[in-house]
Amino acid sequence: MSADATPDRREFLKDSGKWILLTGAATLAWDYVVQGAPEQAPNYNATDHWWGMIIDIEKCIGCGNCVRACKAENGVPMTDDAFRTWVERYTILPDEPDKPIVESPNGGYDGFLDLKQHDGAKVFFVPKLCNHCAHSPCVQVCPVGATFESPDGVVLVDKTRCLGCRYCVQACPYGCRYIDPRTETVDKCTLCYHRITKGQTTACCEVCPTGARQLVDLKNPKDPVHEFMRTHMVHVLKPQMATGAKVYYNALDGAVR
Amino acid sequence: MHGVEGFMYPNEMELQWSILIVLYPYITGLVAGAFILASLERVFNVAAVKPTYRLALLTALAFLIVAPMPLQMHLGHPERSWEMYVTPHTTSAMAMFGFVYLWYLMAVLVLEIWFDYRKELVLTWRASTGLKRQFYGILTLWSDNISPEALAFDHKIGGILTVVGIPSAFMLHGYVGFIFGSIKANPWWSTPLMPVVFLFSAIVSGIAAVMLIYMVTSKLRKTTIDMLCVDTIAKYLYYAFIVDFTLEMLDLIHRLYVADESLMALDFMVKTKLFVSQIVIQIILGTLVPLLLLASVQFMRWSAGTRKAIYSVAGALIMIGIFAMRWNVVIGGQLFSKSFLGYTTYKLEFATKEGLLPAIIFLILPFLILWALVKILPPWTDARPHAGDIRNGSTTGA
Repeated sequence: MSADATPDRREFLKDSGKWILLTGAATLAWDYVVQGAPEQAPNYNATDHWWGMIIDIEKCIGCGNCVRACKAENGVPMTDDAFRTWVERYTILPDEPDKPIVESPNGGYDGFLDLKQHDGAKVFFVPKLCNHCAHSPCVQVCPVGATFESPDGVVLVDKTRCLGCRYCVQACPYGCRYIDPRTETVDKCTLCYHRITKGQTTACCEVCPTGARQLVDLKNPKDPVHEFMRTHMVHVLKPQMATGAKVYYNALDGAVR
Repeated sequence: MHGVEGFMYPNEMELQWSILIVLYPYITGLVAGAFILASLERVFNVAAVKPTYRLALLTALAFLIVAPMPLQMHLGHPERSWEMYVTPHTTSAMAMFGFVYLWYLMAVLVLEIWFDYRKELVLTWRASTGLKRQFYGILTLWSDNISPEALAFDHKIGGILTVVGIPSAFMLHGYVGFIFGSIKANPWWSTPLMPVVFLFSAIVSGIAAVMLIYMVTSKLRKTTIDMLCVDTIAKYLYYAFIVDFTLEMLDLIHRLYVADESLMALDFMVKTKLFVSQIVIQIILGTLVPLLLLASVQFMRWSAGTRKAIYSVAGALIMIGIFAMRWNVVIGGQLFSKSFLGYTTYKLEFATKEGLLPAIIFLILPFLILWALVKILPPWTDARPHAGDIRNGSTTGA
């Protein structure tokens, strides 16, 4: 064996130091990754919860924080036709109560431009997201069960099973699903499942400056949702669809579709 | 940018189901219709249509082989489609596709064709040598018993298969209608009439297709067209078309009269974005004109030449009209927002995965398959071999 083939002690220490650092970092990263999986959230019992959301139309200011936070948190494509949550602005003129003017430029991501002046118009914002229906039409039609309702009432998609047939997109009455062009599979709001199973709230609720969006646990008797539902006139979107929607709106105007 | 008028939910701007999904009901409709025509002879003893019996079965098979191809091409992950067979989701109408399809292909169509052709297959097998002999040996499944008892048994089984086949053909296409009709989120699709309308339009398009194929192949083979046969087919085509038209008008009138919340959007669409494909092509050119043409034959005494011309024009218009009907259902159902507050535009591309080019290929492919099937299994009644005359060459066709 020639002398120059023998590893130099300094080189050896440098190399092994690098490895120790890298594996340490990888272990930390891995811990971080698996924490998102519910089975790795040891204190979380899915059957103890029944998730939903309350949206208070009167509090929403259309800032778009929720849309931006959602896209950032969940890696939603930055295009103008892919949203897990979006905000619509309704303008209802006094003489045309059933013909609302609705806008959602870039899903409300950039907020809203100043309103054109309409005398006496009623203007409000409607944040939308998956309604995590208890009787989801999207779940019903999926040919392989890639989309499913979790025991805690969240509609999720298994991207490793999704065929990309798009039947669920057709079946959703609320337009909550889109095809992620990167994976060719369907994507939608997960109610930040990776966060709520760790006791955190969703990204959209976290950043809402007015508290217009509230994650609620309908199975938790101490959740303020029960008091809220008792004292407010709440409504779900398209109740005639009988989907068991669990996003409850306070002060929802009848013109909202 | 997306060709949007009014308001669409942001996720709705791009259409999810393209021209390839238009082909799916169109092609399976041709399968079901061709089979129904074949069963007229077999089950209902309409002897006049016998010249088209085998041609109709082969046409059904050729189109059935192609039917799943556009679906497969459309999937984001075609490599996962087998999961529909191994882990089907039992509440999903779409999950049943594989089973309905396989049942129809293997249990009905292939078996019926096999039993019907068994005698010729055995005779060709016996008469040929080399590779061809091997090939026909495989097709006979090495069963060469063509005794009168065996043939009588074949005939009986064939009859049973046709009887099973009619509800199966109804199921194959009624099911396709159910895929759309059961989507409550979409008022353009959601009606229990959808499977029935699909079924009758399928019968109409399948009968028209076989009638055209029979006339064209007769021309190509320089044989005379059996006028009693085409007259009878045209008569059944006319009857089926009246039922189909009545159902479609019932659907339309019901929508207009009930005038629910979706009517504003749908009414606007038919007057603008779907005006050409729905009003002009589907209803006027594809339905009223051929209906009048077919009716004229029932009430006037045209010469054979005129009748042939009428059948050709009416058949071609029907084929176009039913394609337009599928288009208006599939594409039309995605042009309006589920908020009923706006409309988008379908941009048909050409040489892309879901463009016009693959659609054209999928429409030509069944004819190539049919050509090959006709070579292997000659359907011509004037070319059937006789037991003592098997070496005259007309049996092989190749």
